[in-house]
Amino acid sequence: MGLTSILKSRLVPAELENHINRIRKPIGSLGYDPWGYNNEVMKYGFSLTRQIYEKYFRVEATGVDKIPSEGPVLIVPNHSGQLPVDGLLIAYALASREKNPRIPRAMIERFFPTVPYLGNLLNEFGAVLGDPTNCAKMLANGEAVIVFPEGIRGSGKLYQDRYQLKRFGNGFMHLAMKYKAPIVPVGVVGCEETIPAIANIKPLARWLGIPYAPVAMPFVLPAKVHLNFGDPMMFDDLEIPEEQVTERVEQVKAAISELIDTGLSERKRLF
Amino acid sequence: MVEKNRPQILVTGAAGALAQQVINRLRDTCNLVAVDFREQVYLGDDIPSYCIDFNKRSFEDLFRRYQFDGVIHLGRIMSSQLTRMRRYNANVLGTQKLLDLSHKYHIKRVVVLSTFHVYGAVAYNPALIDEEAPLKSAGLSADLIDSVELENLANIYLWRYPDLNITILRPCNIVGPGVRNSISTLLGMERAPVLAGFSPMMQFIHIDDMADAIVLTYNKTQRGIFNVAPQDWVAYQHALKLCGCARIPIPSIPPLLPRMILRTLNLRSFPSYLMHFFKYPVVIDGRAFAREFGFSPKRPLKEIFRFYRENKKPV
Repeated sequence: MGLTSILKSRLVPAELENHINRIRKPIGSLGYDPWGYNNEVMKYGFSLTRQIYEKYFRVEATGVDKIPSEGPVLIVPNHSGQLPVDGLLIAYALASREKNPRIPRAMIERFFPTVPYLGNLLNEFGAVLGDPTNCAKMLANGEAVIVFPEGIRGSGKLYQDRYQLKRFGNGFMHLAMKYKAPIVPVGVVGCEETIPAIANIKPLARWLGIPYAPVAMPFVLPAKVHLNFGDPMMFDDLEIPEEQVTERVEQVKAAISELIDTGLSERKRLF
Repeated sequence: MVEKNRPQILVTGAAGALAQQVINRLRDTCNLVAVDFREQVYLGDDIPSYCIDFNKRSFEDLFRRYQFDGVIHLGRIMSSQLTRMRRYNANVLGTQKLLDLSHKYHIKRVVVLSTFHVYGAVAYNPALIDEEAPLKSAGLSADLIDSVELENLANIYLWRYPDLNITILRPCNIVGPGVRNSISTLLGMERAPVLAGFSPMMQFIHIDDMADAIVLTYNKTQRGIFNVAPQDWVAYQHALKLCGCARIPIPSIPPLLPRMILRTLNLRSFPSYLMHFFKYPVVIDGRAFAREFGFSPKRPLKEIFRFYRENKKPV
């Protein structure tokens, strides 16, 4: 038995391998899809995320079964915590559910593909460059897509602004309407406490070419995370003015806000 | 004696492996004339073959003598060959001459081979790029300008002279026996360079499948621009692994460093101006072509890579 197979049997038990294999993905003959998702690498990612999800953040997920078992769907959470930990945890919650698990695709910042190693690794785990064309093609493929309409406005916010939703872009609503994809709002509570930032050094961020440079502790705190999935929201695909699209976005924002409040009121302790 | 009921076709780039595959597929049903500006190749007694520069006046004599019905223009100098100026003259001005003559002599069908390089490799590329996407490669490197210019030119003729029935094909990486482009050279090497930490998604089409695609295109009069790529994808470094290549990482950050290293090394198979294609993915959507022309590639990636693995010594 080679070293690779020993490692694999340790990290990816047969039961996990079967679990991933039974989730059908539109992949090519070598296990890749056009965005770089790789079925084999995913198994290692899944195994590592299980430890982070269950042991480190001790995630409590409510209502993950509300995500439809098939067809295009947009999963829309609030964004927080400097690193895209929230996307990872939501993806794991959906991929590990007992009934009809799905491997969702998270739309990530445009900055990531330029980072050596990390960019490719994220792609192999299923993350995709946050481009509207990518999102449209994936919805057309019937995928579940996680989008953060707040973008870096959400993830880069300071601790003093925690649990305040920033401005939502309208792009996700246009795509949901066009591809008749239900929107599942998600309230994420706990990620704000994982990397509390007290300031953002903008000149440094500009110099390094990164979205933000937070002043924070150089490690991720083991805050307890609650994920609250809301009921799917459907919107028709009528030609409506942008103003009404914004109103629809506000409805989704309100639903997420409510889910956050529920999470905060149910939370017993920070860690 | 030339049979009148068989179509007369001019095939350019005859010294290339792809053109020879196309010629083999058409020689039983068509009268072919082969030209190449690099060398004269012998393709059998039934096929006249010429070494000729499209920009020379004698090129027109071929049109007068053979009264072509169609042109299959595969004679593109690849970005790794010759100097920038000579490439521009051959690819852009030569193509212009070819299209002008095609118009003058009432050619009814023109197929032009382009490349997926025209889309350009940038970090913000979405996957499954459509034919309508902007051509960004000219902004990346002056060495790719001729590829984009060639396309623009073919595009102008496509709309200005609809009778020419021009179809432009933008294939992904063409690989397989006899192919001498940079990616095929890389896959055939014992050790191949990679940019550390980058392994972009790539698409490969076997030369036989590409030849089939060109013949299908010629036989169906459907104007337009089409991507040609199979519905299968692989990461560059994984492809090298499957071809039995050892990977030699080149430091990738800061971005200036790999450019300096590649300029110094001046490798034909890994030129600095193609560096971005080994860093960011350019994944094209070939579904429109497959639908329109009923094309489905027959050689899977594993078979392609097996060929390179088993033929590590020069073929």
